Amino acid sequence: MPATPALRRYNKRVLISCAAYGFSLVGGISYFNNHPGAHGPTAYLAAVIPALAIIGVFVAVGRYLVEERDEYLRMLMVRQSLVATAFALSLATLWGFLNSFDLAPRIDSYYVAVVWFAGLGVGSCVNALIERRAR
Amino acid sequence: MNNHLRDLRGERGWSQQELAERLDVSRQSVNAIETGRYDPSLPLAFKIAELFGLAIEQVFTSPSRES
Repeated sequence: MPATPALRRYNKRVLISCAAYGFSLVGGISYFNNHPGAHGPTAYLAAVIPALAIIGVFVAVGRYLVEERDEYLRMLMVRQSLVATAFALSLATLWGFLNSFDLAPRIDSYYVAVVWFAGLGVGSCVNALIERRAR
Repeated sequence: MNNHLRDLRGERGWSQQELAERLDVSRQSVNAIETGRYDPSLPLAFKIAELFGLAIEQVFTSPSRES
């Protein structure tokens, strides 16, 4: 995709969110290592801040869709996000049922976000395939 | 939706990049519209037609009239 001003802002926001995630995760792990069994407001804060950083990436995607003036590039990102959403929800549903019948181990729900990010990669491939087939 | 964008651009000797700059869109957008991979919104279709000084139906073929 060409680097439009909206895409440059998107990349910057994603980088900031990723950096914030890295720092807050290290801080959170360090906090809970030093305060085993902590349950106070600080513990909740330490647990939630890494999640807020991940949510920042979702916000960045939303802002990009609002700010991108090139409607074709916006459509590509919409399609990419829809593929990612379908991919993540499908895997989460499959895993949930497998887990319910004791056929798969329980995994933390935040992995849905990780799978969604992987789904963006799948969406990018789908975009490339559709574009190639249409030529 | 079929269109005559490539021919119209060719008549004026513009590259896809030049047309994209005149329309304030990416070169990829121009390419996608020319090859029929993407149907532009009505505002962009009007902008394209106005750039060439034509009516919309002189640039884009109505899907109901396509054989």
